[in-house]
Amino acid sequence: MALLTFDTAHKPRQSWASMAVLLAVMLVFPFVASQFGNSWVRIIDMALLYIMLALGLNIVVGFAGLLDLGYIAFFAVGAYLTGLLASPQFAALLESAVNYSPAMGDALVAMFGESIRTEGIHLSVWFIVPLAALVAALFGALLGAPTLKLRGDYLAIVTLGFGEIIRIFMNNLNDPINFTNGPQGINLIDPIRIFGVSLAGEAGSKATVFIGGFGIPSVNAYYFLFLLLCIVTIFMTSRLQHSRLGRAWVAIREDEIAAKAMGINTRNVKLLAFSMGASFGGVAGAMFAAFQGFVSPESFSLTESIAVLAMVVLGGIGHIPGVVMGGVLLAALPEVLRHVVEPAQQALFGKVVIEAEVLRQLLYGLAMVLIMLNRPAGLWPSPIKEDRPVAATDKDEKEEAVVS
Amino acid sequence: METFIQQILNGLVMGSMYALIALGYTMVYGVLNLINFAHGDVLMIGAMVGLSILHLLESAFPGLPGGVQLAIAIVGAIPATMLVNILIERIAYRRLRNAPRLAPLITAIGVSILLKTFAMMIWGRSPLPFPQLLSSEPIMIGGAVISQTQVLLIVLAVVCMFALAMLVEKTRIGRAMRAVAENPRVAGLMGVDSNRVIVTTFALGAALAAVAGVMWGANYASIQFETGTLPGMKAFCAAVLGGIGNIYGAMIGGIVLGIIESLGAGYIGDLTGGFLGSQYQDIFAFVVLILVLTVRPSGIMGERVADRA
Repeated sequence: MALLTFDTAHKPRQSWASMAVLLAVMLVFPFVASQFGNSWVRIIDMALLYIMLALGLNIVVGFAGLLDLGYIAFFAVGAYLTGLLASPQFAALLESAVNYSPAMGDALVAMFGESIRTEGIHLSVWFIVPLAALVAALFGALLGAPTLKLRGDYLAIVTLGFGEIIRIFMNNLNDPINFTNGPQGINLIDPIRIFGVSLAGEAGSKATVFIGGFGIPSVNAYYFLFLLLCIVTIFMTSRLQHSRLGRAWVAIREDEIAAKAMGINTRNVKLLAFSMGASFGGVAGAMFAAFQGFVSPESFSLTESIAVLAMVVLGGIGHIPGVVMGGVLLAALPEVLRHVVEPAQQALFGKVVIEAEVLRQLLYGLAMVLIMLNRPAGLWPSPIKEDRPVAATDKDEKEEAVVS
Repeated sequence: METFIQQILNGLVMGSMYALIALGYTMVYGVLNLINFAHGDVLMIGAMVGLSILHLLESAFPGLPGGVQLAIAIVGAIPATMLVNILIERIAYRRLRNAPRLAPLITAIGVSILLKTFAMMIWGRSPLPFPQLLSSEPIMIGGAVISQTQVLLIVLAVVCMFALAMLVEKTRIGRAMRAVAENPRVAGLMGVDSNRVIVTTFALGAALAAVAGVMWGANYASIQFETGTLPGMKAFCAAVLGGIGNIYGAMIGGIVLGIIESLGAGYIGDLTGGFLGSQYQDIFAFVVLILVLTVRPSGIMGERVADRA
């Protein structure tokens, strides 16, 4: 990784140059990739969403050292919020709410106008994104509050349980009031519209987006949106990391009691880690829902939480460029393998021996086990020793760990 | 009243299952202070191996009585899960024994994913039917129904727990386990081979998981590569409820959690005016977990630290 460096403090010129090169590559990429078919760009779109998730989780796991195994729940919250507020689903909700309690139904109609009875709510992306961030942050704080006093391993189980609870609610909150439409999920979610331009393309345009007479495929338009969001996320998390708050997180990660003794309000700082991490997940979820056009509980299983964690772990816990790389590797690689490995097996053995889905799982599992055993700081650890979690550095503190 | 008895019976059945699994968590936690996230998947491996043995028996000795088949399946599944769990300890945990806590937790999750994936590769993705081995004639207790398999499950759980308690209290290796749980370093100074103790602990936990796994299959008549995940998580909640690290706590916690869950599922509809139904059964374990951790983190039996095993 010597060629690319993002260490702006020590090697400013080299790191700005690497960023410029990377940005140029990223800008040209979709035009090259779409020559081979839009599905490739789609894969990268999803990878960008996963990078956003991984960066959000990195705040919780990497900076603050709190192992969160239910992170996908925040992604789900963002996605379902979008599903509810930007699709006909609200009409269905209203219909069931009227049956359940007419007064509540009438109040809702009075609040939003008569048209939601038939069309539901269709909020613009400008409302949805902040709202998704806010609601997800709220859920993050909600999860954080009872778990503040817990040590790492309990926290892991509680967050795992939280993820499951959210999934159970998504699956069952269709009766008596239909919030989530149950296992079928919510359909017909509005695509994102920016200044009146729909990123899914207008009807009859064959999913082509026209910006001032210049047409690009819809997946490319989403690509640029997600790329922009990723860059914003990277910027925000890296500024956070080097802020007072970021240093407080690291202090808590390394030694909570010492951090407390230094005057850090550990409760608030941990809550902030949870809710800030969650808000990135919420925004990514909102984007996911609009991009896919539908959401269902299947997309938010435990496996997905673990996939995001694997990205953080593989790339380098707490190191933003590493996390981005982990996200690219683990989100894109399985998809690429799907396109390459299955046909290759078909050709070699005449049948698919290992399915791509199985291969994906193997990759996640192996990434976590092998990285933790051999390179606990990840494939691309932070160049500064102090920025790495203790896992990577404490060769000589082992004796103390045994006693505790 | 009949529903009440029925729910209590269901709770006992689920509870003895949870207790068996929770013991595996709690013993490992006792000696290593580590959550073996893969424990639920070890249970699944036990169920799968048991099923494969049943299929083998079916083709090799057709006409064996169901009870004998079940016994052979359980006895056969035990060494398989023991081997798996010992391998897990060897590969994924031993080198990280002195690492910060986050590291073994992450490998544990990785191992859990790997076990599921291997099971998916070996036994396929779709749920496999588990044969009905005992007579399906139900037993009536005060108007409530319990199947023979479920009775056997409760009996087996009690026997296993009793045997384990005897082992921990009365034998040399049990004493060594208690010593390591108390203080690994001092135990080492007193001549206890802590590696041997840890391996034994993993093997014992795995044996209980195998029993639970095969009985899970026999009770629910269907198993899949994901079978172990949810019971594994709930059993961990049970272990915490009882006071993690304490084997009696795990037994009590398991039973209590099973009963809470089944009563909760039975009455949640009435309690919430029909808003939430029995499909929310699975959230009780986690709600209990969060409550216990906030109100009394040491669990029901938590203060008896000296009895940890």
